[in-house]
Amino acid sequence: MLELSAFELAGKIASGEVSAREAAEAASERVEAAEPEVHAMITPTPELALERAGRVDERRARGEELAPWEGVPIAVKDVLSTRGVRTTCGSRILENFEPVYEATALARLGEPVVVGKANMDEFAMGSSTENSAFGPTRNPWDLSRVPGGSSGGSAAAVAAGEGWWALGTDTGGSVRQPAALCGIVGLKPTYGRVSRYGLIAFASSLDQIGPMTRDVRDAALLLSAIAGHDPRDSTSASAEVPDYLAELDRGVEGLRVGIISEMMGEGIEPGVREVVERAARSLEEAGAEVGEAHLPHQEYALAAYYIIAPAEVSSNLARFDGVRYGMRVEAEGVHEMFRRTRGRGFGDEAKRRIMLGTYALSSGYYEAYYAQAQKVRTRIIEDFRAAFSRFDVLLSPTSPTVAFGLGEKVEDPLAMYAQDICSIPANLAGIPAISVPGGLSEGLPVGVQLMGNHFAEATLLRAARTVEEASGFRFEMRP
Amino acid sequence: MEVKEREAYQAVIGLEFHAHIATRTKMFCGCRVSYGDPPNTHTCPVCLGHPGALPVANERAVELGVMAGLAMGCEVAPRAVFARKNYFYPDLPKGYQISQYEEPICTGGHIDVPTSSGTVRVRIRRLHLEEDTAKNVHVGTSGRMHGSTASLIDFNRSGTPLMEIVTEPDIPSAEAARETALRLRDILRAVGASEADMEKGQLRCEANVSIRNPDGSLGTRTELKNINSFRFMERAIERELRRQREIVASGGTVRQTTIHYDPEDDEVYETRSKEYAEDYRYFPEPDLLPLQLSEEWVEGLRARLPELPEAMRARFIEQYGLSEEAAGVLTAERELAAYYEEVASQVDPRQAANWISGDLRALLNESGLSISECKILPGHMAELIGLVQSGDLSRSAAKEVLERSFETGERPQEIVEREGLGTVGGDELSGIVERVISSNPEEARRVREGDRKVVGFLIGQVMRETRGNADGGKVREILMEKLGS
Ligand SMILES: [Zn+2]
Repeated sequence: MLELSAFELAGKIASGEVSAREAAEAASERVEAAEPEVHAMITPTPELALERAGRVDERRARGEELAPWEGVPIAVKDVLSTRGVRTTCGSRILENFEPVYEATALARLGEPVVVGKANMDEFAMGSSTENSAFGPTRNPWDLSRVPGGSSGGSAAAVAAGEGWWALGTDTGGSVRQPAALCGIVGLKPTYGRVSRYGLIAFASSLDQIGPMTRDVRDAALLLSAIAGHDPRDSTSASAEVPDYLAELDRGVEGLRVGIISEMMGEGIEPGVREVVERAARSLEEAGAEVGEAHLPHQEYALAAYYIIAPAEVSSNLARFDGVRYGMRVEAEGVHEMFRRTRGRGFGDEAKRRIMLGTYALSSGYYEAYYAQAQKVRTRIIEDFRAAFSRFDVLLSPTSPTVAFGLGEKVEDPLAMYAQDICSIPANLAGIPAISVPGGLSEGLPVGVQLMGNHFAEATLLRAARTVEEASGFRFEMRP
Repeated sequence: MEVKEREAYQAVIGLEFHAHIATRTKMFCGCRVSYGDPPNTHTCPVCLGHPGALPVANERAVELGVMAGLAMGCEVAPRAVFARKNYFYPDLPKGYQISQYEEPICTGGHIDVPTSSGTVRVRIRRLHLEEDTAKNVHVGTSGRMHGSTASLIDFNRSGTPLMEIVTEPDIPSAEAARETALRLRDILRAVGASEADMEKGQLRCEANVSIRNPDGSLGTRTELKNINSFRFMERAIERELRRQREIVASGGTVRQTTIHYDPEDDEVYETRSKEYAEDYRYFPEPDLLPLQLSEEWVEGLRARLPELPEAMRARFIEQYGLSEEAAGVLTAERELAAYYEEVASQVDPRQAANWISGDLRALLNESGLSISECKILPGHMAELIGLVQSGDLSRSAAKEVLERSFETGERPQEIVEREGLGTVGGDELSGIVERVISSNPEEARRVREGDRKVVGFLIGQVMRETRGNADGGKVREILMEKLGS
């Protein structure tokens, strides 16, 4: 059972061949076995999983029809609000915070069999999950290495079989980069495709919830479950949700694929580049037209991102002040209480970005930094528009390197930030992007990134499916 | 001397208003807007600023904001952007307030304000939408933060829809400032955008006060905060202007500060030095899309605008022949105007105006009730006025009936009948007159002999007998007839 995909498991649960309870038990056993080494979870929730699975089985027994994703155990990044289950965002400041409501994406799953709240960089800021206040997660492929970040816990949980799939969030690559480093599929949908209600904001204009799965078909299935308009999120799109599964095996015949030149040069490990080139060839062999695409303003994307995201962070994190929930350090006077609570509650990376963002928004610097970064963002959107007038899908590495060693980049924030160099542009433009394993380099997985136009998830999934099949890479539980 | 000084130091005043928008629910969530309910009974993850909760703009609040703008002749932006105003305060659950900054919903426009020295046109700089903060309650003796033993927060107010209206510094006197506020209140009420009751905190005002120096240069302005009644508004500004004139006249300079007015001792105090400006780090709210307001939509609202107070006042004077003052009183409140018009359609409009703006309003003020809570229906009011007009009820008895009816809601006719308050007339009145004549033979004789001075005495006696319930003219008529003169 542990080797099945989520799609296959859901089929067996629906037919009664496997009970949801059995699946939940198997997942919880895996959590128990793998956690001491991997530490993918901040809060394992075996009882909750069993209780919810029991309800799924009861409903089936009553003859109710189950949704095609129900009963499949899931790991949930600890940034998504879960009613009555502590939601920490990887931060001390929310160490004991229990939300009073459920995030829309989770509620859409019906009776989500949550096996645990997955580890993450504090408030989703980081590329290695080493910024978690609850200790780092390890890469199931090599326990001395990072799983990527900030959804590293979710990625590691899926790679280690602690859940059949997971939900992560992606602000600058946080679903795709850890998926690439852990050898799984990670999809960042179009901005607005999935409701952000209940997603504790990092950078509101960039954040998006995405599936992290064993294969592309699972990603299509999980996206079908969570996509769609939500009246509680004004920025969620009202566009109709297509049947992603139905379109999956249509192939790539005639699809125009552009390899982004600016993401294939300096800074990209040769082994990574090789895997991406191989993926391009396999698409060509499957009938796609492959050419060279350009994003001329790509070199400014990282800089713009590191102004816009911290600016929003500095505002989004202001609510954590010790007044209403979470941690409070008592002090004489309210401002001193704010100061001490935030001083003790936030980690270094959170503080660094709050400072950066506060500076970028302050009067006198706003024009030079924030306004300028927004102009760059507009240019990047125009770059994509031009590229999508020639190509249906753009191709690049997801991450410039394979998984690096724990502690290797902790002291060098700029080197850490460069990890997201290939993934950030999609967030700035709000377009969908997927990372699919394309093969190995130095024995470690390499992610291939495919980007599409707004709401072109179905096309992306088709192309990703082709790459996946040609790569010969198959999901295998680790360690 | 004093007049001269005033001319030399011309007042330059700008006003900033915050008005609660009269919606049923809050600005960005579905919680009910309420006043005076138990603390924290109308809250949800959105207005408590819980992590992950998102705002959704209240369409009705946008509509009412635009209608208020249209009523003042503002231009409505085709695109308005919500922005975050960032600052830390315990009653601000998100650490920022959602407001509008660079792209407000309405700009331009004006209010024409009648003053004793002519009409002043006060231009509107902008009108924008925002949310209110929660309310701090400081526990302890003083009610202020300083020295209190604990601070509690009531989030019922958190997220209440507000519109901020900022005027240009066009206001030349404290009187004009007060009149501006009153006109604004009337307009907001007329379009139903706000109840704008200052006493209930639904309308808050700040004044930016400065004086123009004799050389024409503009002095430093101070901010007068916490103006919470129209009455104190004029006095507070007057007092602050005097302070500034005194400083400048004695060679000093006005500091840029926040000023607090204490009505107890008619004195102003500097409360906080404003040498550095607070940096709110505004930026566009990423959780809300810009408002797109189409021309058709705006025109649709314009078509729904009711008759505005200015126009209604003019019409009342024209149509009902009312004085400027009576028309002003009756049009200040939408409901009162409607009430009046209903009564005026049944009886003499001028009599109706007297009764409603006089006796009835006095009763309302005394009891603290609004016209919509008044138990006397317009039809009953008309009936009462009709009884007086036809001579069936004396004015003094009518006042008594009005008071009864005001308390119980009973029909005036019924009260009159039950209490026997109707005017005494016919045979009954004749009988009383005869009795008065026979018990005052001396006075009767003098009248017969042509001494008209004692007629009044006899009339008074008759009125006393009827307890005032007789028509004076009628009594005189009968009396003279019976005395044969
Ligand atoms: Zn609410």
